[in-house]
Amino acid sequence: MKKNKSILLSAPYILWMLLFTLIPLGVMVFYAFTDPDTGAFTLGNLRDLGLFLPTLGTSVWYSLLSAIICLLLGYPVAYFIAHRGAVAQKILYMLIMLPMCMSFLLRTLAWVGLLETNGIINVVLGKLGLGTVEAIGTSGAVILGMVYNYLPYMILPLYAIIVKIDNRLIEAAEDLGCNGLQVFGRVILPLSVPGILSGITMVFVPAVSTFYISQKLGGAETMLIGDIIEKQFKTSNNPNLGAALSLLLMLMVLVCTGIMNRFGGEDEEGGVVV
Amino acid sequence: MEFDGERILDGINLYFNDHEFLTLLGPSGCGKTTTLRIIGGFLTPTSGRVLFDGECINDVPAYKRQINTVFQRYALFPHLDVYGNIAFGLKVAKLSKEEIHERVQDILAVVGLKGYEHRRIDSLSGGQQQRVAIARALVNRPKVLLLDEPLAALDLRLRKDMQNELKRIQQAMGITFIYVTHDQEEALSMSDTVVVMDKGRIQQIGKPEDIYNEPKNAFVADFIGESNILDGVMLADYKVKFFGRVFECVDKGFAPNEPVDVVIRPEDIDFVPAGEGHLVGTVTSVTFKGLNYDIIVDFRGFKWLIQTTDYHGEGETVGIRLNPEDIHIMHKSEYSGMFGDYSSYSAEYDELTEDVADEEE
Repeated sequence: MKKNKSILLSAPYILWMLLFTLIPLGVMVFYAFTDPDTGAFTLGNLRDLGLFLPTLGTSVWYSLLSAIICLLLGYPVAYFIAHRGAVAQKILYMLIMLPMCMSFLLRTLAWVGLLETNGIINVVLGKLGLGTVEAIGTSGAVILGMVYNYLPYMILPLYAIIVKIDNRLIEAAEDLGCNGLQVFGRVILPLSVPGILSGITMVFVPAVSTFYISQKLGGAETMLIGDIIEKQFKTSNNPNLGAALSLLLMLMVLVCTGIMNRFGGEDEEGGVVV
Repeated sequence: MEFDGERILDGINLYFNDHEFLTLLGPSGCGKTTTLRIIGGFLTPTSGRVLFDGECINDVPAYKRQINTVFQRYALFPHLDVYGNIAFGLKVAKLSKEEIHERVQDILAVVGLKGYEHRRIDSLSGGQQQRVAIARALVNRPKVLLLDEPLAALDLRLRKDMQNELKRIQQAMGITFIYVTHDQEEALSMSDTVVVMDKGRIQQIGKPEDIYNEPKNAFVADFIGESNILDGVMLADYKVKFFGRVFECVDKGFAPNEPVDVVIRPEDIDFVPAGEGHLVGTVTSVTFKGLNYDIIVDFRGFKWLIQTTDYHGEGETVGIRLNPEDIHIMHKSEYSGMFGDYSSYSAEYDELTEDVADEEE
């Protein structure tokens, strides 16, 4: 009886998962292993993946770089917010959330307006007699777009963890002879590790599969794996290769997050020595 | 010491002797934890000085003081195991690996936690966490160890064991202990010196026996043990009048006819047949307490608590005799009339004083 009830309660979720996760996943796997022309089983799509490994490498590299930049920028911000009064915390939290309420597309397009050759930044620089910068179309612009768009996803989990660190632990560390820097290195930072890991995951995963940012802010040489997948479906009309690429990307993300969680679990020894 | 303009500590003047076990005792919010935090360096007093070996340490930050603290609820590092927690201070002090290992092993033996080196903190019981907290502080060989209600979270049995343990450690290592508690029994049984505090002021400093036998005012008399406190008048040296009767006592040095508070401890009162008593009253309630009976006797509308091993039933008329040494005289104070009347007696009176340690002091 009890068992039946719990099945009944979880039915909507199971149905949802079935319709929108499991079945599409099945379809994707099916496509990845079938020939685009004949529809017969083939490993040809997987063989073609080799061609795109450099692009995948670029995607991973850009995303990792963005995640690290987000961490370096986000940690001080999160720390700062976590140590304000209750009211200030709420306001600052809202301010961090605010950009997320605006369309992702719009935010990226805004950067196009800022960075393009005759964009706002160059106009201002020109007026000041400082010349112009060719920012648009570079890898720097793509990484900037990633950092800008995903920074809140780094700050929020970091803030959530830092704000929970018991002040007594900090006092205990001071009591045991730690100066400010040592308190940070031996207590606060090790205790922030769960927030750091979830922040990196939250930035890395969407960044590695993005295509819009690279299309708008990047150029021909900053093509990311997301762009190639999109192209297979939209212009090249090769959904089978697209499916195979998606599968590869998914496996890679799973492996990356797996490694990261493993790293978190091993942190028992704890402590960056300052 | 002031917070937001509110005076929390007032006129605290304390001397701590080397190798002493000193206890700050008082109810929640009396300022004992604040005093401890000032000594530890977590608060800077708004006025006054903290001297250590004759030097003012007001501006010395906590991490530079030769003082360690056992925090309320321990504040152990959850990301480190037992060894990591205990070795924490030694690693910060950059001792050699061998010396750290040796000292951690020694202190583990002292607190009885050998073999627990690599246990996670959250896998330990309250008593074990408590021992880790003590070891973590002691391993640094501080000159002074501050203990902030370290036993408050433990059950009664464990608390008794740990009291003995702490006393033993203190004597073995020869470190000055400054101990904060609201538990008067704990304070009396462990300390060399007890400092009774209330409302941010020191009410009395003394040896446990003196505090108990010679309380300075109604607050101390009531807070330490149980007391019947009566209004009286000191007629002359060794002569006090209360309940319309003159009693002999052992106190002197009061002004003639000075109004005083008279303290009579419940366990000092002897029952006699009604006809032979100094005072005659009616038993209104009897509670069996294990070691003794708590008997409430009504003397002319004023209810006394008497602790005795003799049983007297409710409604019985009894007499009592008071010997001169059973009567203790105190000057009147702001606390006069607030304590020592058992009219609203309830059987749970002693549990009420054992309220959970407060954090916000």
